[in-house]
Amino acid sequence: MPEPSRLWGENLTLAYDQSVISRDLGITIPDNSFTVIVGPNACGKSTLLRALSRMLKPSSGAVHLDGRLIGSYPSKEVARRLGLLPQSSIAPDGISVADLVARGRYPHQKFLKQWSRTDEKVINEAMEATGIVDLAGRMVDELSGGQRQRVWLAMVLAQQTPLLLLDEPTTYLDIAHQMDVLDLCAELHHERSYTLVAVLHDLNHACRYATHLIAMKDGQVAAEGDPADIVTEELVEDVFGMPVRVIPDPETGTPLVVPVDRGGRIARRREPGTVERPAARAEEARSA
Amino acid sequence: MTLTPARPGTGSDAAAGGAPGAPPGRPRRFTRAVRLAGGRVSFAVRPRVAAVYGGLLAATVVVFAVSLSVGEYAIPLPRVLWALAGEGERLDLFFVRDVRLPRAWVAVLVGAALGIAGAVFQSISRNPLGSPDIIGFTGGASTGAVAVILVFGGSVLQVSLGAVVGGVGTAVVVYLLAFKQGVQGYRLVLVGIGINALLLAVRDYLMTRAELTEAMTAHIWMIGSLNGSGWGEVVAVSIAAAVLVPVVLALGPRLRLMEMGEQSARGLGVPVQGTQVTVMLAASALTGAAIAVSGPISFIALAAPQLVRRLARTNGTALLGAGLMGALLLAVADLIAQQALAPTQLPVGVVTAVIGGSYLIWVLYREWRTGHA
Repeated sequence: MPEPSRLWGENLTLAYDQSVISRDLGITIPDNSFTVIVGPNACGKSTLLRALSRMLKPSSGAVHLDGRLIGSYPSKEVARRLGLLPQSSIAPDGISVADLVARGRYPHQKFLKQWSRTDEKVINEAMEATGIVDLAGRMVDELSGGQRQRVWLAMVLAQQTPLLLLDEPTTYLDIAHQMDVLDLCAELHHERSYTLVAVLHDLNHACRYATHLIAMKDGQVAAEGDPADIVTEELVEDVFGMPVRVIPDPETGTPLVVPVDRGGRIARRREPGTVERPAARAEEARSA
Repeated sequence: MTLTPARPGTGSDAAAGGAPGAPPGRPRRFTRAVRLAGGRVSFAVRPRVAAVYGGLLAATVVVFAVSLSVGEYAIPLPRVLWALAGEGERLDLFFVRDVRLPRAWVAVLVGAALGIAGAVFQSISRNPLGSPDIIGFTGGASTGAVAVILVFGGSVLQVSLGAVVGGVGTAVVVYLLAFKQGVQGYRLVLVGIGINALLLAVRDYLMTRAELTEAMTAHIWMIGSLNGSGWGEVVAVSIAAAVLVPVVLALGPRLRLMEMGEQSARGLGVPVQGTQVTVMLAASALTGAAIAVSGPISFIALAAPQLVRRLARTNGTALLGAGLMGALLLAVADLIAQQALAPTQLPVGVVTAVIGGSYLIWVLYREWRTGHA
């Protein structure tokens, strides 16, 4: 039987100790896709990513990587095929950007071959690709959050894996840096044919960047496919339990999810066009 | 795979991150490549690290030579060298080869073993307090040894065995209690502190039941001393070091990746749990072997890894450096212990406690001043 793709899982039951997150889950990551996994908190999306990156051993079922069970590879061999950007990593005290990126070469290094010309070349290329060449000599702890995220991405790129798994790569970043990181991912996908799998919180980012969207609910796949085909008001309401409107994104034409006004604010819009916000006006008066 | 250059002007970071290049006076790269045998062997070398390690080694050699020369019966260095070559007066030969040389070797080897073991535990617990002194392995080893002295009235060999068994046994207990889907740093430190308190209570209880002379022997042993170290001790600690140090050093790169968090390390292909177990057993055995020959010498394991990191500015744990620093520290401490109140010989543990305590206060003071703690 031909493999459905380079990375896929079947009949996965995923659990931490006794609490089962997903039961009998099947998942296929299409080759050369930018797959984004979305879903409400605790729907099991990070757990699924952990299982796909062999951080979590499924209680039953199996994850296949390049035609073999992922657990049957030596650890370093997996790390040469599949890269992972975890949600949080700790930068060692006093490490420079170049040194941190260099750590991504570990799966390619041997006991007597720890710093080959290839290592050096790949590290430089990874820093160029993420636009951090100018930061090479800086200390990681001096950088801003956005810069730091790019350094971590460069480290994972230096691993030279055709598959890249990203666990909430935009968390804690401001909007400009979020777009920056996502643009970079799109570029990796588009120009260098990486297969990317990212867990994202922002539905609109997901719709804009994903070529393949997986919406999860209660540990199961609620829908998957091209965002333009699957993101509907019904689906979002079903998955997130919140009424929304879906309109075309004025920039890209991809679905744009706008929550329905539920009148939850203290001072709210009375009529389209006129804004009655005493608090805001009082503030303006004070600052003037 | 080739990577093309990034889009021009990738966002605001490059601009905010500063003009090309680091501040003046600081090198942009800290690494030099060393390649041998047509690229089949290659290493990254940091000039600063190489300089600091070389300096530590040179200083240790000097202290080593001085400790062969000075004493109540002073021998000038040229005569020391002759004696090492087997020439000269009988008294010279006796003092240099039978008394001072083994003691100096024990100091250097025990210091190195403690430094490396301390670096391992600090790395795994991601905590500068995670040294074997604090998290119970030293307490376990000394309780084991004291139990052997008091209960069996044991020989030197039995006492050593008691120390090794006590140290490794405590390590296993602490590891099992701190284990929950991997070992987390603070849990290791807290469990260790608890176990340490229990063990010290057991040890003190044993002391109250002891005869006066046995209690004296045990008490002197507990402070940690190199007095009377001979070639037997050198052989014992050399064998332990020859087996265990290569194991630990080979796992060094993995330890440094594990300091970035378990997920990052596993993502890069490090088998985290197996590495933790192996390296902790090896480091506990190393601690046990060191304590077995010298008693529980405090603070070397705590201070050496931190001092060398600050001096050499390594990123991540420097196992080799911690070993070199530990060797130098204990060699210096033992020289002071022998000479400070001569002819009275202090136990070296007294000196390391004074040095280590001052060091700890200095570190905390500095970090509070700069707001890092």
